[in-house]
Amino acid sequence: MGIEIINEPSVIYGKPSLASIDDAIIKPTNEVPSKKYFMALSVTITMLLIGAVSLGLTFYKGTGLWGLKNPVGWGFDIVNFVFWVGIGHAGTLISAILFLFRQKWRTGIARFAEGMTIFAVMTAALFPAIHTGRPWLDGYLMPYPNQHWLWPNFTSPLLWDVFAISTYFTVSFVFWYIGLIPDFATMRDKLAKNADSITQKIKKVAYTVLSLGWRFSNRHWSHYEMMYLVLAGFATPLVLSVHTIVSFDFAVSIIPGWHTTIFPPYFVAGAIFSGFAMVQNVLIIIRKIFDLEHIITIDTLEKMNKIILVTGMMVGYAYGMEFFIAWYSGHEAESFAFINRAFGPFAWSYWIMVSCNVIFPQLFWSKKLRTNIYFMFVIGVLVNVGMWFERFVITVTSLSRDFLPSSWSYYVPSLIDFGILIGSFGLFFTLLFIFIRTMPVVSIAEVKAVIEGSQPTHHHDDEGH
Amino acid sequence: MEEKILHSVTGIFETPDDIIKAAKGVSSAGYKKYDIHTPYPVHGMDKAMKLPWSPLGYVALVLGLTGASLAILLMWWTMSVDYPIVIGGKPLFALPAFIPVTFELTVLSASIGTVLAMIIFLFKFPNTSHPLHDTPYIKKVSSDKYGVSIEASDKMFDLNKAKDFLHKLGAKDIEEIYWDNEELNTVKTIWDKKFLGGLVMIAIIVGGGTYFAINKLVYMTPFNWMMEQPRLDAQSVPVYFNDGFSMRQPVEGTVARGWMPYLITDADTAQLSDAKYMNPVPPTEFNLNKGQRNYNVFCSPCHDYHGTGVSRLKAANKQDFPNPPSLHSAKLRGWSDARIYHVITKGQNTMPSYALQITPEERWQIVHYVRTLQRAMNAKPEDVK
Repeated sequence: MGIEIINEPSVIYGKPSLASIDDAIIKPTNEVPSKKYFMALSVTITMLLIGAVSLGLTFYKGTGLWGLKNPVGWGFDIVNFVFWVGIGHAGTLISAILFLFRQKWRTGIARFAEGMTIFAVMTAALFPAIHTGRPWLDGYLMPYPNQHWLWPNFTSPLLWDVFAISTYFTVSFVFWYIGLIPDFATMRDKLAKNADSITQKIKKVAYTVLSLGWRFSNRHWSHYEMMYLVLAGFATPLVLSVHTIVSFDFAVSIIPGWHTTIFPPYFVAGAIFSGFAMVQNVLIIIRKIFDLEHIITIDTLEKMNKIILVTGMMVGYAYGMEFFIAWYSGHEAESFAFINRAFGPFAWSYWIMVSCNVIFPQLFWSKKLRTNIYFMFVIGVLVNVGMWFERFVITVTSLSRDFLPSSWSYYVPSLIDFGILIGSFGLFFTLLFIFIRTMPVVSIAEVKAVIEGSQPTHHHDDEGH
Repeated sequence: MEEKILHSVTGIFETPDDIIKAAKGVSSAGYKKYDIHTPYPVHGMDKAMKLPWSPLGYVALVLGLTGASLAILLMWWTMSVDYPIVIGGKPLFALPAFIPVTFELTVLSASIGTVLAMIIFLFKFPNTSHPLHDTPYIKKVSSDKYGVSIEASDKMFDLNKAKDFLHKLGAKDIEEIYWDNEELNTVKTIWDKKFLGGLVMIAIIVGGGTYFAINKLVYMTPFNWMMEQPRLDAQSVPVYFNDGFSMRQPVEGTVARGWMPYLITDADTAQLSDAKYMNPVPPTEFNLNKGQRNYNVFCSPCHDYHGTGVSRLKAANKQDFPNPPSLHSAKLRGWSDARIYHVITKGQNTMPSYALQITPEERWQIVHYVRTLQRAMNAKPEDVK
């Protein structure tokens, strides 16, 4: 009995020529987009403006406009922060960890996921900044010799967050940009040197500057590939560290329901879970609108669904384990905190979380369902709703009922809270739409490298061939 | 027309197999200054070109270690040396709590530094004026063709030989690439007016913006609302109360913090020799020094530095001012500490009360100092042993 070698299906459908890949990927940046694009953009910009007005009011009047009151001092601001940082985890995971594991199917979606990471982290970083109440004083979080002769407290998880988020953003941005350089060069070379129209001229200058003068030299590719490996090596532990440190914000405190060691792995799994759901959702729309169905294939989406299924079960395990430890510890406040989650005044949010995160993704066991575009889209949306509620459950239920029953209270978010939440989605999708119109959403060079016939046959060492 | 200077000769190949063969051919022919251009990294090309292993891994290692040590150094200096303060019961050098920031700074410096090292030192980028740019050749290799370029600066370069050689390898579209004369003749200097003008503009914008943000913006609404909160200040016109006070009267019998009322009247002084009115401040060197300091400030103008009662005020031509009695009389030496304290607190004859100027603790310190003076002026034989 021989070993059966299962051939992976080709990453890209059909056998497109190299030049046709250029055209397919660059097309959205050259054409005047359809009416649908502008309609979508106007919706997201409206959402962004709602957020801007809510934030402006917050800056003017103060955080008293939010629903925060004792004992719930962390509300929508922190929930949204953790949610958006989580969304940002898929991108670097796809581009770094899957790169190290030589998963070729990542090529079609890596660039897009990286872009999403950057926008999600930008959106996320907004929340701790406004959460301080006086965001114009946030500069004091940086360790610099200031006139107060004070330094930040390096032993505080909240300061670790500042470093984790800013490092994560910078490294993701560099990773993204390094990948874009050859593609910018390709786009630059598609444009004539002395074009007539002013937009062509602007584009030419922009892409020339952004490509830094890349000229596809193999002497450069050699360093470039090593660089990519090194960056992936650094970004891999970085991805895992970011949500770990975010979870420290909770786990290092003593509030029942927060003070658990399961938080770091549980948060990382949840982040990958929600990030993949968001990437999958947006990709389904993008490949449809811009005719990239042969590059972002259904196989790729299916593989993403499998990861959603796996991480969803990890999250489910964590939910169960939390309950077990709460009982096993024999700690009265701890067991109360969890019973309160499932059956207390916030039980509705807990059961939304469990059904969206644990129950519905189980349907992905069926191959028929996980390859159905419409079905997977719905599950992706549900997962993101569920993951938002997970953060809500963790943050709000634990705070609203801690050790002192005399200070217990119910949390009601205000309209301004919802305005900022809507605005965060508006910011994220507006940035995404601008990205789609101005940059290649799929890595041209990487896709070319994995299509059939793009690499030399392995016989070139034999002279007799 | 000015003669153009040759940069290189280029040729185009159609398939990855061809370009690998061509790369091997060019490198084994002995050319050193040549390059292969491909739209994506072709496997096996580094081997075919006999390129050395990229040193970037070592660069990253060195930069990462540098970042880690700088991070530890920063946290050690700020948390344990410059501003040592115990937080959450952790030691001043709390290594476990420093790990997250150390890790993040390691990753940050290693990845950013390695990328910059690659772009600036290995690629010599940004360089958008390379002769290859905007040639038909680079437009092909940036899309779907594979190219070889042999540079004219190579030692064994000869135009016709190189062209023949490329032709023999099977290259198509053989092309000569020339330097741009205009570009070559431009001398770059930092004294360029445009460059300096730009620099000045940037300095003005950044400086002005920073000045505005730090000195003006933070004092504007709403940024100044921390200072101007709706509140009742002392001496301000009250908004809510009709009695004319913005501050409320405390409940009767309220005692201010640190200001226990002194309830003993002059009639009760007899009980002050009781043991429960002992001096509560220990006669340490610190307390005696403070007592001396306050005695010299508040008491010495009348009582003299040594308690003799020779008033400096009288000496300053204020003839009407009576000298106080000496502090060394038998009567005063017989007084209890509390009795002296009582005089400082309540005053006596011409002497006013010093309760408002001197805190209770300082009064007790002064009492100690007065006792020291008395003992020094009336020393017993055993005192000088």
